[in-house]
Formats: sequence, structure tokens, C-alpha cells
Amino acid sequence: MEINFRHDVDAVLAEAKQQHKPVLLDFSAAPM
Amino acid sequence: MWPDPRVVKFVTENFLPARVHVRDDSALFQRYGEKYGAQWTPTILELDAEGVERHRIEGFLPNDDFLAQLMLGRAQIAFAEQKWDEAERRFREIVEKFPDTDAAPEALYWAGVAPYKATHDNSSLKQTANAFRDRYQDTSWAKKASIWA
Repeated sequence: MEINFRHDVDAVLAEAKQQHKPVLLDFSAAPM
Repeated sequence: MWPDPRVVKFVTENFLPARVHVRDDSALFQRYGEKYGAQWTPTILELDAEGVERHRIEGFLPNDDFLAQLMLGRAQIAFAEQKWDEAERRFREIVEKFPDTDAAPEALYWAGVAPYKATHDNSSLKQTANAFRDRYQDTSWAKKASIWA
């Protein structure tokens, strides 16, 4: 089980506003 | 941090998760790094639904500390939304489940503030000040709460 991180941040922020749901934004350097 | 199943469950249930990678998403990293002042990795931001930063975690943390910080940020979002009952419940959950983390004394402090904000009855502040006499005495949060005694 893992977190399904999305990379389309603009879309995520727009959806968050529509769904009134918080966003977790990870600035990462970990291997992908 | 991320592979911990408790972290996965909490993030999935509470957030829309997004990631910008310093190399693989370099343009996005620069853009959002400038917007939110993220200058180091890992930096994890908890944003409310309007995109306003409510909590920031910089640097690696062990799993319990990391999950407690995530919970603290989620509680702060509820607090910012003036959902006082939910905020208090979330703050107290941190103290109960992760009493030995750095997040716990901060959560104890805000767990006392949330009901005060709802009722303007200062008894919750006094109770919180008294609670700090029994635990977390050496923290800045105990000093901040001491005025309520």
C-alpha cells in the first residue's frame, strides 16, 4: 500500500477547492 | 516515513496528496517552491482547501513523530476552519496516541484553546495550564499556557 501522489499540482489545488479537501504537498528529492 | 501503513492511511483519508520532485518536476518545484518558500527537501506542506499553508514539516522524522506532525497539521486546518469540536478531538488524539513526540505538547495547548474559541469559557484554558504542571513542563508550550493558571 502506498500513497498515490499526483504531480499535476494545479489540478490538485483546483479539486481541493471544489471538494473542500486539504492538500498535502510534498517537496521531495527521494528516488522515484 | 511514507511507507508506514499508518501514514498511508492517514494521508489517503485526509488529503489530496501531491508531490513535486526537485529533479523530475524541476519547473514545478521551482514554481511552487517559490510560491510556498520551500527551500529544502523533504518539505511537506499541509494546505487547506483554499491552498493556504497551515502546517509545515521540514526534514526527516521517525514514523511516530512524522505521523503526529501530520495529525497536528490536520487539526490546525480544522482549527482554521473554526471547526472547534473537530479540532479539539484531533489535537487530543495526538496527545493520547503520541505523548512522547514534539507534537504532543503543542497539541495539548491547542486542545485547550479550541473549546475556549467555541464558548469563551476560560475553564478549558485553566485546565490546560494545570495539565502542563503534570507533563511537558520543560516545553515552550507549558510556558505559554502558564498565563492561564
